[in-house]
Amino acid sequence: MKPPRFSYHDPATVEEALGLLAAHGDAARVLAGGQSLMPMLNFRLARPGHVIDVNRVAALATVSPGPDSGLRIGALVRQRTLERSPLIRERCPMIGQAMPFVGHPQIRTRGTLGGSLAHADPAAELPAVMVALDARLTLRSARGRRTVAAEDFFVAALTTALAPDELLTEVALPPWPARTGSSVHEVAIRLGDFALGGVAAALTLDAQGRVAGARVVCFGVGPRPLRAAAAERSLVGGAPSAAALAEAGRLAGAAVDPSDDIHASGAYRKRLAGVLTTRALAASLASAAAHAA
Amino acid sequence: MTETRAISLIVNGRPRGATVEMRTTLVDFLREQLRLTGTHVGCEQGACGACTVLVDGEPVRGCLLLAVQADGARVETVEGLAPDLEHLTPLQAEFVRHHGVQCGFCTGGILMSLTASLRDNPRPTEAEIRDTLAGHLCRCTGYQGMVDAVLALVAAGEPAR
Amino acid sequence: MTAPASRPAAARRPAGGYIGAPIPRREDARLLTGRGTFVDDLEMPGVAHAAMVRSPHAHARVRRIDTEAARALPGVLAIVTAEDIADIQKPWPARMPSPVPGTSVRHGVRHTLPVAKVRHAGEVVAVVVAESRALAEDARDLVEVEYEVLPVVATAAAALAPGASLVYEELGDNIAAHIIQRVGHPERAFASADHTLRETFRVMRGGSHSMEGRAVVARYDEALDSFTVWDATQAPHAIRAMLAYLFDLPEHRVRVIAPPDVGGGLGPKTSFYPEEALVCWLARRLRRPVKWIEDRLEHFMSAAQEREQVHTVEIAFTRDGALLALRDVFTHDVGMYGALIAPVITACTVPGPYRVPNIHSEFRAAYTNLPPTAAVRGAGRPQGVLVMERMMDRMAETLGLDPAEARFRNLIPADAFPYPVGMVFRDGAPLTYDSGDYPELLRRALEIADYPRARREQAELRAQGRHRGIGVAICVEGVGLGPFEGAILRLDSRGRVVVTSGAPPQGQGYQTAFAQIAADMVGVRFEDVDVVTGDTGAIPYGIGSFASRVTANAGPAIALAGGELRQKILAVAAHLLEAAAADLEIADGAVHVRGLPDRGVPLAQVARLGNGGVAFGMIMPGGLQVGLEASAYFAPSQAGYSASAHVCILDVDPDTGEVAIVRYVVGHDCGNVINPLIVEGQILGGVAHGLSNALYEEAFYDSEGQNLASSFLDYPLPSAREMPRIEMFHLTTPSPINPLGVKGAGEAGTLPVPAAVAGAVEDALRPFGVRVNRMPLNPARISDLMHRA
Repeated sequence: MKPPRFSYHDPATVEEALGLLAAHGDAARVLAGGQSLMPMLNFRLARPGHVIDVNRVAALATVSPGPDSGLRIGALVRQRTLERSPLIRERCPMIGQAMPFVGHPQIRTRGTLGGSLAHADPAAELPAVMVALDARLTLRSARGRRTVAAEDFFVAALTTALAPDELLTEVALPPWPARTGSSVHEVAIRLGDFALGGVAAALTLDAQGRVAGARVVCFGVGPRPLRAAAAERSLVGGAPSAAALAEAGRLAGAAVDPSDDIHASGAYRKRLAGVLTTRALAASLASAAAHAA
Repeated sequence: MTETRAISLIVNGRPRGATVEMRTTLVDFLREQLRLTGTHVGCEQGACGACTVLVDGEPVRGCLLLAVQADGARVETVEGLAPDLEHLTPLQAEFVRHHGVQCGFCTGGILMSLTASLRDNPRPTEAEIRDTLAGHLCRCTGYQGMVDAVLALVAAGEPAR
Repeated sequence: MTAPASRPAAARRPAGGYIGAPIPRREDARLLTGRGTFVDDLEMPGVAHAAMVRSPHAHARVRRIDTEAARALPGVLAIVTAEDIADIQKPWPARMPSPVPGTSVRHGVRHTLPVAKVRHAGEVVAVVVAESRALAEDARDLVEVEYEVLPVVATAAAALAPGASLVYEELGDNIAAHIIQRVGHPERAFASADHTLRETFRVMRGGSHSMEGRAVVARYDEALDSFTVWDATQAPHAIRAMLAYLFDLPEHRVRVIAPPDVGGGLGPKTSFYPEEALVCWLARRLRRPVKWIEDRLEHFMSAAQEREQVHTVEIAFTRDGALLALRDVFTHDVGMYGALIAPVITACTVPGPYRVPNIHSEFRAAYTNLPPTAAVRGAGRPQGVLVMERMMDRMAETLGLDPAEARFRNLIPADAFPYPVGMVFRDGAPLTYDSGDYPELLRRALEIADYPRARREQAELRAQGRHRGIGVAICVEGVGLGPFEGAILRLDSRGRVVVTSGAPPQGQGYQTAFAQIAADMVGVRFEDVDVVTGDTGAIPYGIGSFASRVTANAGPAIALAGGELRQKILAVAAHLLEAAAADLEIADGAVHVRGLPDRGVPLAQVARLGNGGVAFGMIMPGGLQVGLEASAYFAPSQAGYSASAHVCILDVDPDTGEVAIVRYVVGHDCGNVINPLIVEGQILGGVAHGLSNALYEEAFYDSEGQNLASSFLDYPLPSAREMPRIEMFHLTTPSPINPLGVKGAGEAGTLPVPAAVAGAVEDALRPFGVRVNRMPLNPARISDLMHRA
């Protein structure tokens, strides 16, 4: 099981990388952390003519404070950094909550944020987290630059809004609202595996302890991360009672329609979406209440 | 199509230079070109962990990194831990005492992950040890001997590296 | 780098001898420092690399193979198909006959490369050899094969259905064996029993997944017309026999070496495979060493697997919970090729530790278009244990008995050995248990698990709406199967004892355990013993490492040869010391007169004379025999029978189906123990494999015989985080059938785990009336069971 031949490029700048993408387009694959692309090369499931290795593009590997206490995270930032960075932990705790579910430490040392998002596995955690966080993704090409909301970026299983000549360069996260708690819950056969089902949730309370905002994104239960909009709506403006959280779970479960596969029935995944929504919301509430206190 | 490239890197403290095929993975390069065969290949998709080596101090899957990507890097493999069979590191010696090795095929990668993790956290709990080991598959031991080896190391208060 | 600590000190001779002492393994240092000797690690100058062209179809005629484009690729050395290797395209000889009198096995005839049609997805149809593996794979991708796809039978049920497509046309149907064994009068017992219960259980296919796959390098010596083959095999002598047959060579011109380090075996590396013959053929053709390393995908596609069975089982019992009769009828999926080891063992494992006066055991083994089967750690036993222990749980439930109590009422008592079950085991000998104390084994397991307290806690938790379950499983395991293993012991010119035995280790620590036995029997220091294994050039005969058999076969052989070598050493030393042999003792590398440490002679000097050394002139002193060497083959009269009792306490999350193991207690009796450290390691590894079968790994094939879970992402093996801490104890009932009193431990840990876990999950979910009849129990399956119940 050895990779097929390919032309290897390791540009040092974004512009160089974009030039290569413009030149080779469909025949090229971008190599970031390599934790998804390299197995596909080894199994010869991917046979790109050109591999564009962006690991030397230092400009893509930075984490910096965004405007209004948001965050800007370069696409090449390693998952290990997402896990350890004090700035990320302070400004966006949900990312850290997701990290223990992502592969293993030995995978996270190489795996990148951008790689995980561009790979768009429907059972992966980081795409769901980005949707839950209302992240905006910067896509660049030699033709120019555009930003896409995370929710619009994920099109289908392993399919994103990226054009063949585009590179995902940066993720911008809005500020973390006050009195907000979040949580990521998932069930996998083993911890570190892709999820049988999972939920990334956030809950913002107002000064009276009512729900001011809610985010529920289910993953592993459809072709892409799915926002449970009905569940979110059901919570906003009300008291975050146990009954309300259970109802949100019911709505989230009702909104997904997963199919059967070898690891789980669709019915199981649907139940899981509901159960994990309620659990993730309960944990989010506890954390929001702690922040509010 | 450029097929090969000259790279230079530090392997187990020693500068090494070589010409590698672009598609050659780091683990194949280490095993076949540098003849460092203590790192093994078990699945070639990053799942089993047998090929784990340290690159600039961090554990990585040797099957998921191209050798050209290690150009300029500092690489550590299991061969670099002890100078010879008579002078095992404290971690290796505890593996012997607690029967942490059976067939030994996965062992090189496991020792490298544990070595890196003990540098960060010399006093891990059992749960933390198991978290580190979770990136490795072993079909022989049930892991308990390995866990006990690290716990013994911690209890002995040995310098964990 | 840190200041290195020294290696653990060499073992001092323990008071009671080396046998039974937890001596750290001498294998470890090289493995821990990256200096192991796995096949792919061996320096092999000039080696060429093979890649296999495999059929994507499970059943198809091969119409045409076009290798032209592949041949044109630079670096390609050879591409061969079935036509090219006509000289070794002989029908493979029949495998194991049925051990049960009056029954037979119907062998489908296989060739190294398929003649006319392929029988499983992954079967080799051609081989490419090139200067590197990557180049060989490049060329493989250019080989074009035209197939005519045939209808597929992907399950035993499909294979046995009327009108099924035939895996081997010449057999007329897909039945590999139909074997019935009967004890007593089961029909009469069923007709008159207070209670009967009937259930169907399904166990899925699984693989071995040794971390090292199969691996083979062959070198051909033209001048000597001989092969040297380095092979990650469990049975080098069997591989030699097959290669000698195929290449029409005398056995001495085929040397098969399993290197000292083989990266796990677990059963499938016992079989002979086409790749072994192909690599040899290519080495001869190219006059270069040729290497083939099985990658993980190939392991999923082509290494032997096991386990898939569907049992319909009935038991009859009294209102007091006494078993009266057992009727177990099952199908076994053989795949496209395989010996009937596993199902025969399954049938014999079902009655287990219980008195079952009336038995009807029947199975049909069916060829299918799935990969070949062999034994996988456990070899049919875990299925048998699952069936019987699930029924014991159901009987307990029916009668309102505690599951442990239901078992105690039926266990064979300690004074009933040897205990004849009345069936014939896989070795052809009567299924007669040699020794054991099953009530004590179960009692201690329950005691360590604090069973009454665990039941109280379970009741309290249940009152709080939490779902704790306790599973109990006990089993008997036929181990130490013959026919024999041998040992050659000699004193070499350095005065060191060299032990040579045929069966190679795959991590079981033979270099340590064999040296312990030899050191005690010859009377030398442990560190003065060297061990050679797995080399057909070093010992003429051997069987191999499987069936938990090596300690019980090679161990006694080493002991017998060791005693003889000791006498020979003492005879030569007696001459040198001018003393009576009876007055001599061996200590610290020398032989001396007892009580006179100054009057001694080093073993090296004894060796120089005893082995005809030139320093002593041309004529051997009167009466002395040349050659400080002794060989012995030990052939046990029958299998031994180890036993295990497991208690599993776990919690089930009813909302997600997740299982959390709270405690896991293992009691084990494998007779006398040579090295408890090694035995415990074997048990722990076995338990991990069992837990994997119980909760994680599962092979999936669709109706076209395509593997749907062919990577470690879809076929999950448990990691250290999934494994609970195992609490273990030993009970020792020595075996009377060999002089060391040993049995076998390599597979034991695996056996009762699926049964114990199934019992615990069903127990946890008893309020829901859940029925666990199929493994593994992943979260989705548990949750679906609850929602169906």
